[in-house]
Amino acid sequence: MKLTINNEQVYLYTNNKEIDPSKPSVMFIHGAGFDHSVWTLFARHFSRHNWNVLAIDLPGHGRSSGATLTSIEAMSEWVVDILNHFKLEQVALVGHSMGSLITLETASKIKARASKVVLIGSIAPMPVSEPILDATANKPGAAHAMLTSFGFSKQNLMGGNPNPGMWMVSDSMRRYEDEIQAALDLDMRACNAYRNGLEAAAEITAPSLMIHGDADRLTPLRATKTLQSTLNEARISVVPGAGHSLMVEDPNHVLDQLKEHLL
Amino acid sequence: MRRFTASPGAQKRAEIMKDYSPAELDTLALHAGGKPDPATGARATPIYQTASYCFPDSDYAAALFNMERPGHVYSRLSNPTTAVLEERIAALEGGVGAIATASGQAALQLAIMTIMDAGAHIVASSALYGGSHNLLAYTLPRFGITTTFIDPRDEDAVRAAIRPETRLIFGETVGNPGLDVLNIPRISAIAHENGIPLLVDSTFTTPYLIKPFELGADLVMHSATKFLSGHGIVIGGLLVDGGRFDWDASGKFPQLSEPYKGFHNLVFTEEFGPAAFISRARKEGLRDFGACQSPTSAFYIMQGMETLGVRMEKHISNTRAVVEFLNGHDAVAGVAHPDLESHPDHVLAQELFPKGTSAVFTFEIKGGREAGISFVNALNLFSHLANVGDAKSLVIHPASTTHFRMDEAALAAAGIGEGTIRLSVGLEDPKDLIADLKAGLRAAEKTAGGAGK
Ligand SMILES: Cc1ncc(COP(=O)(O)O)c(C=O)c1O
Repeated sequence: MKLTINNEQVYLYTNNKEIDPSKPSVMFIHGAGFDHSVWTLFARHFSRHNWNVLAIDLPGHGRSSGATLTSIEAMSEWVVDILNHFKLEQVALVGHSMGSLITLETASKIKARASKVVLIGSIAPMPVSEPILDATANKPGAAHAMLTSFGFSKQNLMGGNPNPGMWMVSDSMRRYEDEIQAALDLDMRACNAYRNGLEAAAEITAPSLMIHGDADRLTPLRATKTLQSTLNEARISVVPGAGHSLMVEDPNHVLDQLKEHLL
Repeated sequence: MRRFTASPGAQKRAEIMKDYSPAELDTLALHAGGKPDPATGARATPIYQTASYCFPDSDYAAALFNMERPGHVYSRLSNPTTAVLEERIAALEGGVGAIATASGQAALQLAIMTIMDAGAHIVASSALYGGSHNLLAYTLPRFGITTTFIDPRDEDAVRAAIRPETRLIFGETVGNPGLDVLNIPRISAIAHENGIPLLVDSTFTTPYLIKPFELGADLVMHSATKFLSGHGIVIGGLLVDGGRFDWDASGKFPQLSEPYKGFHNLVFTEEFGPAAFISRARKEGLRDFGACQSPTSAFYIMQGMETLGVRMEKHISNTRAVVEFLNGHDAVAGVAHPDLESHPDHVLAQELFPKGTSAVFTFEIKGGREAGISFVNALNLFSHLANVGDAKSLVIHPASTTHFRMDEAALAAAGIGEGTIRLSVGLEDPKDLIADLKAGLRAAEKTAGGAGK
């Protein structure tokens, strides 16, 4: 679905359906350098179960126009604009990686409007290493390779994609290549600069679920402890053998957990 | 959405030349896509010889049918054994995904049917495998899809052949059988300027000798029957999606960029991003045309692919020895191999194929058709048959077999003469191969000498 907000074209995947405020709603927020299409399987599922699904493309990503936003706070304000546009009184927020930081910030701001929170591959704070920031700024090809290589567990880098016939390494490379080069860099810097994650987490009242790979090499599992203990009511589901790209590495685990938490 | 396409920026092109891979070819050929079997721990990829798969419950079943979960429903659409092969070739090529098909022909047909409707047009190299030529020249026109054949060395001819309804450029990495080298960087640039993809048949070269996606190709197909398998015991094809072509920006492929009625108005580029092509090929072409590969065939092909690197190295070194022997031999009028300076694509081949070009090549025997027949009949180690890429050395006389439907002009355009012999050099000891060829050439000389008297 395409709309115009603040004179910019906004795209969100809704599985071709209108948003009906009387139905339960879930918003999916993608991570750095990606777009709505990382959520296709899950969005299709909740849509079939009669939910509104809103898989957004952040400004300057995928099919949304506009300048890339430079802070998690600004991205969160933009997300709230979308929720207001559709007059959604209640929404479950699901975010991956950078999208999980936007989820934290947004859930703390909209308080009781957030019915449930799901944080996938999430730690707060989310520092990004100097070599990665240098690469996203100056050597995009190297950045794509680094993020792809660290984006999967070592085991999954050799494949075994549950989606038959698909090679997730090249799929990840192509997704990074697709994005405007500056967007990936700005996204990474926004993650690195965001300081409000734990304060936001402390204010969230909605039941939270964390889903995390035990072989995550970008946001290591052990670093999730602080965030989990800060959240009011948080369960963590650990995905064995998986890295940071959970929606491709183990989509069935993610869907089962989303169903358990949201449905 | 913003994938490079119609006019690939030079900078971006240079950037993507070096693609990321988690391991080198020999490692991927053994491991990519294949984990120890989760059910049994079996180290080999098991043959999942089953037509269908049980659903845990009805919501799970509905989710599988509606593409909410990955998984297997019915082996025409996907199979756990075949999926390992598909993932492995995608890994070796650096593509986003692949589909295993019943044959190489089925892979070509699947590629074409996925992005073309009646009225569409193809620009293809004239130096093609005879079967591909048949499909394009005679069979597809019955369904309203026509092809203009061009000499791929003639870039002006390629440009001139492109029409508003052209949807694909197609060629072989090295043309069958004259080994015309396809200039993938140049031809893909012409394709992309026109908003159309380049499909290459890399059957002769395999990912060991060339990685077409890194050079600009958009789709790659293989007859896995050949070098990928190496054993000559199975028929199979593979179609790989590079994932870089921007179907949306092109505007010429509503099959991928517009709602598909056959799947609840799904827009493939919207939901599958870089995997739009291969997703539609599976959801539509494999589902409806049904030329799937059996899991047993996939198992055999993987057995071969495990040793792709070591085999190709030996194929190439044996070929060098054989080419050297034939080149300049009194009974031989000429050898067409890009290793030789006399080959028109020698320089280009050095650039695109640093490890060597092909273990299949042709040479012209003196004395024409009769000498050719004597030669083939006198061989002992080389098997006279219609195939290439076996571990065993093979020989054929194209004018009377693979290319017999072509008239003289078409033969000439494909670089074939009456006395042309095609060899597929296998893995035997090169001394034995050369001894066999010597005997064949002696017989040919006798015939040629007799004919002269
Ligand atoms: C270059 C090339 N492409 C395609 C094919 C067709 O493959 P298959 O025989 O597996 O259908 C062949 C088979 O000889 C071939 O040599």
